[in-house]
Amino acid sequence: MNQQGEAVTTIFEKSKAGRRAAVLPEAGVPEPPLEELIPAKLLRDEPPRLPEVSEPEIVRHYNRLSRRNFDLDSGFYPLGSCTMKHNPRLNERVAALPGHARLHPAQDPRRAQGALELMWLLQESLAEICGLPHVSLQPSAGSHGELAGLLLTRAFHADRGEERTKVLAPDTSHGTNPASVTMAGYESVKVATNERGGVDMDDLRAKVSDEVACLMLTNPNTLGLFDENIAEMAALIHEAGGTLYYDGANLNAVMGQTRPGDMGFDIVHVNLHKSFSQPHGGGGPGAGPIAVSERIEPYLPCPQVVRRTGDNGGGPFFDLDADRPKSIGRLRGFQGNFGVFVRSYAYILSLGADGLAEASETAVLNANYLKARLAEGRAGKRLPVAFDRHCMHEFVLSGKPMKRELGVATLDLAKRLLDFGFHPPTVYFPLLVDEALMVEPTETETKESLDAFADAIERILAEAEEDADIAKSAPYTTPVRRLDEVRATRQPVVRQAL
Amino acid sequence: MLAAIGVDSTAELFEQVPNELRLNRPLDLPAGMSEPEVYERLAALAARNAHAEDEVCFLGAGMYDHYVPAIVDAITQRSEFLTPYTPYQPEISQGGLQAMFEFQTMMSELTALPVSTAGLYEGPSSVASAGYLATGATGRRRFVVSCGLHPHSRSTLATYSAGFGAEIEEVGLEGGTTDPAALAAAVDGETAAVFLQSPNFLGAVEDVETLGAAAKEHGALLVVACDPMTLGVLRPPGECGADVALGEGQPLGNRLDFGGPSFGFFCGTEALIRKLPGRIAGETEDVDGRRGFVLALQTREQHIRREKATHNICTAQALNALAATIHLAWLGREGFRELGELLVRRAAYARERLAAVEGVELLHEAPVVREFALRLDAPVERVLDRCAEQGIAAGYPLGRDYPEHEDGLLVAITERRSREQIDALAEALRVAVAAEAVAV
Repeated sequence: MNQQGEAVTTIFEKSKAGRRAAVLPEAGVPEPPLEELIPAKLLRDEPPRLPEVSEPEIVRHYNRLSRRNFDLDSGFYPLGSCTMKHNPRLNERVAALPGHARLHPAQDPRRAQGALELMWLLQESLAEICGLPHVSLQPSAGSHGELAGLLLTRAFHADRGEERTKVLAPDTSHGTNPASVTMAGYESVKVATNERGGVDMDDLRAKVSDEVACLMLTNPNTLGLFDENIAEMAALIHEAGGTLYYDGANLNAVMGQTRPGDMGFDIVHVNLHKSFSQPHGGGGPGAGPIAVSERIEPYLPCPQVVRRTGDNGGGPFFDLDADRPKSIGRLRGFQGNFGVFVRSYAYILSLGADGLAEASETAVLNANYLKARLAEGRAGKRLPVAFDRHCMHEFVLSGKPMKRELGVATLDLAKRLLDFGFHPPTVYFPLLVDEALMVEPTETETKESLDAFADAIERILAEAEEDADIAKSAPYTTPVRRLDEVRATRQPVVRQAL
Repeated sequence: MLAAIGVDSTAELFEQVPNELRLNRPLDLPAGMSEPEVYERLAALAARNAHAEDEVCFLGAGMYDHYVPAIVDAITQRSEFLTPYTPYQPEISQGGLQAMFEFQTMMSELTALPVSTAGLYEGPSSVASAGYLATGATGRRRFVVSCGLHPHSRSTLATYSAGFGAEIEEVGLEGGTTDPAALAAAVDGETAAVFLQSPNFLGAVEDVETLGAAAKEHGALLVVACDPMTLGVLRPPGECGADVALGEGQPLGNRLDFGGPSFGFFCGTEALIRKLPGRIAGETEDVDGRRGFVLALQTREQHIRREKATHNICTAQALNALAATIHLAWLGREGFRELGELLVRRAAYARERLAAVEGVELLHEAPVVREFALRLDAPVERVLDRCAEQGIAAGYPLGRDYPEHEDGLLVAITERRSREQIDALAEALRVAVAAEAVAV
C-alpha cells in the first residue's frame, strides 16, 4: 500500500478542458441536427460534467487509488462471517470467455444451452451441498436471498389461507436478518442466547406461536458455534406451522459435513462470494442463490432454469420456465448474476466432493488452531474467547478485559493491526459480546500466516501494557489515519462540487 | 496444529454436530478436477452459446452490447480492487471509497440529482427498492406504474410489494408513450409514487416533466428509470422533476454476462438522503487533517440499524460500479455526449432503413435514442430464427411481455452496430419476413 504524504486528488480535479481518452467510431450515417430527431424540450442543454482526462491519466489515477486499498491477495483477512478465502484466477479466466461474457441475457434459450446447462448444474450442485431438492439462482446477494426466503414464506402461508405476522431470529443474527424481515412486512422478534452460545430453548418455546411465520438461524451461528439443538428447534417451529430459514453466510463450516436440509431447514441462502470463492470486489458483486424444500418449491421465483427431456430421442433441453402460477415472481431482471455462477461452478468443479469437504474441515481446523494460539499468553488473558468450546469456522473474542485493564478498546486493537499489515477481524459483532472481535481465518491460510497474526496480537498487547496510547492513536502507517466518520454523517459530502 | 488445539483429529472438532445430522458420506458430486480440465469443461459449455463475438447482436431490452474499453478490464482485475471486502476499515480502503465517491459524482451529474448511492444490485430490483423507499417516505401504499416500465421491473416491484404491502395500478401506452390522461386519472392522494421509464421499454422517449406533474400535484414521489447511456443527450430526470432516478447500469463499462453481474444506480433529492438504500461514500478528514473518504450515513444501514434500516442490502456490486466509473472517465464529457448522439443517429438510420422493408413497419413513431419497436407481417419468433441462421440476433420479441404486441420486434443499437450491419439486418429481415409471410 502507498504510504502517507501523497496529495489526494479526484479524477475530476485532474480534468482539463479538451482532454479525452475515447475515440469513437464515425457515425457512418446521415447526421442531421439532433433537434430534427428528438424534440428540443426532451434534449439536454449541457452534457454532464464528466472529467476530461487522457487514458494515461486514467490508468495512473486508478492505479494510485488501488494502492490505497488493502486486499486479500496482499494479506491475511480474518473478517468474521465474510469468508475471505482465496479467489482462484482460473475463475476469472473462464468467466471472461466470450461465450459467457458476451452472451446477451435475452438470447433465445435454444441458443444459450451452454449457459443454461451451467446454471442447471450449479443448481444441482448447490442442492446436494445444502441437502434440499430445489434451487433458484436469482437472488443477487445474501440479503436478497433472505428477502426471497421471507417472501416465499409469506406465499407459503398465504396459500394455506394464513397470514402470520412475526419472524424470529436470535440476538446474535446478522443485521441483514431483521432488516429483511421488516422489508418483507413482518415484525422482527429476538430470541435470546443461552450460556453455551446457542439459542435459549425456553425463550424460543415462549415465543413460538401460530403468529410466527418463520425462524431465521445461522448454524454454525455468528459465534462460530454449532447449535446442537437444531433438530428440536426445527420440530418446534414446524409443529407451529412456521418455516425454518438458514442464513448461509457460515456455510463454509459445513460443506460435505452436514447439510441444512438434513437439519430440517426449509430455505437456505448461499453466499457464492463467501463459500464459493467469488471475489468480493470491494463490496460485490456476489450472488445469493436459495435452496428450498419440496413444500416451498411451488413459490420459487420466475423464471426457473429447468431441464426438459429432449424430443425425438434427442439430448436434454435446458429452458427458462416462467409458467409457475404460484411463484412469488421476479426478484430482479433476467437470470441472475451469471458471471458469478460461472466462477462458483468452476470452483465446485475444481474442488469436487472431497475437496469441498476438506475445505470445511481445514477451515474448522484453522479456526480452532488460531483460537488455541490466542488462548495463550497475553491474548488469553486480555482477549478471552466469548464461549470456551471448540468452534467451527470462526470464533468470537471479547476485548472487555483489555479495555478495562489497559484502556485499549477493540477498535484500537483493530486499528493497530492495520500497522502490522493485517485486516482486522469483524469488530463489535455479534452485539451480544462486549467489545467483540469475530475471527474467521478460512481454509486457504497457512499455519504460518495464522501464527504471524497471533504473534502480532501478542505484540500489540505487550506494547499496550507499556503505553496504551500507541494503540489508541493507531494506525500510523496507512494512507490516512482515523477518519472523522461522525462528520461524514452529520454534514454529508457525498459528491464532488464542480 | 491438532496438538495445539488439544485434539487427536479434526473429526473431534466436528463432534459438536450431532451424529445423526452428519452427512457421513461423500457429497454426490464429481471428484475434483485439475485447472486445465476445468478450463476445458467450462470452455465447452461456453462454446454452446450464441454470443455477440460471433453473431451481430441487436438485442437490448435493458442490456446492451457496448464496447468495454480495455482499461476497464485492466483496472478492475487488479487484486487491490478485485479482492477486498466492503470498506469497513476506511484507513486501508481509501482507493475503493474514493472510487465510490467519484462514481456518485458521475451518476449525480448524469441524472442531475444531488445525491447518488454507491449502487444497488441491478435495474429492476432498484425499482422495487424505490417502491420501498416511497412507502416509507410518504406513508402511502399505492403505486402508479407506466406499462413503459421494463416488464422485469414491474414484476420485481410486484414481488417486493407483496412483502411490504403496496398496491400497483398500471397505466397503458398510447402511440408508444405513457397515456397522459390515464396517468393523471390514476394518481391520487393515496399514491406513494409514480414510476416512469424513459426511454421506455419500447424505446420511446417520454415527456417526463409533463407526465410527472400529476405526481407533484398529489405529493407522490416521481421515480424515473433510465438508460444511463442516453443521458448524454436526453434531458436528465433531475431537470424533469424526478425525486428518484435509477436504472440498470450495465451499459456503463459492464459486459453482458447473460444478465449479470452489473449494478443498479440510484440517485435522489437532498430531501431523501437519509432514506436512501445501500452504501454511500462521503468525504471527510483524518485526525491529521488529511482528506479521506468513509462510508457515510451508515445509520441507515442494516449492520447498524437492523430492523429499522432503510433497506436490507449489504453486499452490492462495487466492482461493477468501478467499471462504470472508469468507462465514464474514458468517455469523458465530450465522448459521452458524442456517444449519445451517435446512438441517436444510427438508430434513426436503422429505424428508417428497417421500416422501409416490405412487411415491416414502425410500431410507434415517438422519438427514440437507441432502441425502437417494429411490427412484422410474419411470426416474430420464426423471423428471428431465420435471422439467427444468418448470424444476426435481430432483436427482442415483444410478444414475450406484451400480448398486444405479438407482432412486435424491439431493435437495439450500440456504437458496435455499424451501418453495414444495420444494412445486413435489413436484408435478413426482408428475406425472413417474405419467407415466413408466404409460409403463413
